[in-house]
Amino acid sequence: MNSELLIKNGRVIDPANGIDKKCDVLIVDEKIAGLGKIEKSAQKVIDATDRIVAPGLIDIHVHFREPGDEEEETIASGSAAAVAAGFTSVVCMPNTNPPIENETDVEYIHRKGRQTRKTHVYTMGAITKKREGVELAEMGLMTEAGAVGFTDDGNGVQHPAVMLRALKYASMFDVVIAQHCQDDGFAGNGVMNAGFHSTVLGLPGMDALAEEAMLWRDIQLVRKLRHAKIRYHAQHISTARSVELIRAARKDALPVTCEVTPHHLLFTEECCADYDTNYKVNPPLRTANDVEALKQAIADGLVDALVTDHAPHLKSEKELEFLAAPFGIASLECALGLYVKALIKPGIMDWPMLIKLMTVKPAKIIGVDKGTLGVGKQADVTIIDPNAEYKIDVNKFRSKSRNCPYHGWTVTGRVEKTIVGGEIRFERNGKSK
Amino acid sequence: MALKKNKQFRWQRKHLLGLRELNAEEITYILDTAKGFEQISTRAVKKAPPLRGKLVVNLFFEDSTRTRNSFTLAASRLSADIIEFTKKTSSVSKGETLLDTAKNLEAMGIDIVVIRHTAGGVPKFLSRSINACVVNAGDGFCEHPTQGLLDVYTIRKIKGTLEGLKIAIVGDIAHSRVARSDMWAMTKLGAEVIFVGPPTLIPAQVNRLPVSVSYSLDEVIEKVDVINMLRIQFERLGGNPFPSIREYSHYFGLTVERMKKAKPDILVMHPGPINRGLEMESEVADGANSVILQQVTNGVAVRMAVLFLVNQAAAQSH
Repeated sequence: MNSELLIKNGRVIDPANGIDKKCDVLIVDEKIAGLGKIEKSAQKVIDATDRIVAPGLIDIHVHFREPGDEEEETIASGSAAAVAAGFTSVVCMPNTNPPIENETDVEYIHRKGRQTRKTHVYTMGAITKKREGVELAEMGLMTEAGAVGFTDDGNGVQHPAVMLRALKYASMFDVVIAQHCQDDGFAGNGVMNAGFHSTVLGLPGMDALAEEAMLWRDIQLVRKLRHAKIRYHAQHISTARSVELIRAARKDALPVTCEVTPHHLLFTEECCADYDTNYKVNPPLRTANDVEALKQAIADGLVDALVTDHAPHLKSEKELEFLAAPFGIASLECALGLYVKALIKPGIMDWPMLIKLMTVKPAKIIGVDKGTLGVGKQADVTIIDPNAEYKIDVNKFRSKSRNCPYHGWTVTGRVEKTIVGGEIRFERNGKSK
Repeated sequence: MALKKNKQFRWQRKHLLGLRELNAEEITYILDTAKGFEQISTRAVKKAPPLRGKLVVNLFFEDSTRTRNSFTLAASRLSADIIEFTKKTSSVSKGETLLDTAKNLEAMGIDIVVIRHTAGGVPKFLSRSINACVVNAGDGFCEHPTQGLLDVYTIRKIKGTLEGLKIAIVGDIAHSRVARSDMWAMTKLGAEVIFVGPPTLIPAQVNRLPVSVSYSLDEVIEKVDVINMLRIQFERLGGNPFPSIREYSHYFGLTVERMKKAKPDILVMHPGPINRGLEMESEVADGANSVILQQVTNGVAVRMAVLFLVNQAAAQSH
């Protein structure tokens, strides 16, 4: 028997099909069956008046720490956090312990994701074995197992010849190579942005050049291979100069995409002034000038995906000295409100644009047929109350970790329901104001 | 004199984390307080009672002889009880965390923690986590406030004031907490500070600091009233910021030859321990212009003042 779900009277925003109108969405079984004015009744009806009905949100950069660091996060806890935040698909980074570097590892992630039955859990595989930047990992077999891209995230691939080889080899499989741009020679043992603040705080700085030099190098490699079937994605770019490098690459029609995190839009290096380790993140928080450049890049359409780089860590690890504490911010659960604050409130973009960067565009980067409400597509839908104001409370996170500098912030825009494959996987209890 | 002028002033900080956050009035107040304590060390009975019944812990996560002994001496002259806690750490993520160590000490009822650590910001971090007073005895390459204070104390004692003096700080500025604390204290008291060293040892965006920079000791030496020669911190240098010790000494060593160009009444300072023959020739270190041992003597008085003041502020806040 078919199961039917009708979402009525919402503001349906489906950037993939250029739709932004008040109408209904019908889901039959796990697929979108209709969109428009739908008169028929259904087994279950959701009233979405004053709500935004969007394709399920996609975060192509999360760390769920499994296998290896399950005390920080598991695929189960991370997935629960994800659906509560409206994400119907996430892409785990392979810097687990051990790293995701063969088809068995990839299948393990998928199995854990399926068992959890919350969000679709994808994974990228490592570019190189053990993420050491020396020998290529089995990218072909991992692609067959369903890996949606490759990265040594946490590390950049240091050696130019290895990176060239990775891009060349991957061109066989039509798969994206994503890079955490960081030249370790320039980054040194830096723990925050290099500049005035690192100087007076007496902390080793990480020069912006560490990111920019590698991005520049990679773009030269992409240029060299431009006639091959390659796709290059720069992860969490954070500097004004990186934006200019992306801009120039785009102008030359190179297959280069990029992503931006909320913290690089909302914070500057000055936040480190009190040695609060919740602001220790890699790439580090930069200057106000960099933040402006990133916002401008988003306004100019140069940024393809908004991601969280959700990086959960134990309280005890973040309670170490700034120098010793691990990098990372856990922000998956409040992501939408953060983007609204950073991008919609200041008028940099509107809801359709925001949803585009959280659905169809990231789906395209990883090459999955998602992020749209097109009839016949898998029914991943997120229902958002765009006017709901709420206070971020880390103690209510479903994530296992609390390393979140947004605690106590009031943000606008909250996910009410998350539908994954036609099934309601998350519903917010009680009425939101 | 200054004490009288600042009669209304009341010291209110229960922590001494760095000199960046202090104003000239506060710095002067510490120096004046230290002056009062100086004579205790010259008495037949070298003890005064203000910290009697108070427990001071020397929590040192990095090698130190001079600073630790100086604090121990300062605390004992003020009649405090002292616990020495020395722990060398390379990776703090292994074993007991700093926070656990501090909480354990706090459970023993400590009143003042004197902390030295390899990581910048640790005293500040600690001051947020425990109730005891925190005194920074050097954190990474952030600050070494009592060194900064004893440096300006020594200069003020000899020159009368820092107002209008030109002071060169020479060497590895990038990795020096002494350079930073000196800079804050000296400039706040009206001196002009020049950082001197190879560009590879000058920190990022130094142009936003209240100092000027020179790469030539030969040019600077003629102009300055005080020269503070930093120790090359071999353990903190990354890579090879200069090609060889020989070449470094050639450009930045304080030699007898270079001293000939200096003002006759120049004060030669060094936070110690000296790498003799590297940053300074022995004849200069032991010469007539050297105040290096006076710095050490004054350090005790300055640290007595700091312990006294933070304890007083803590008592007042209860």
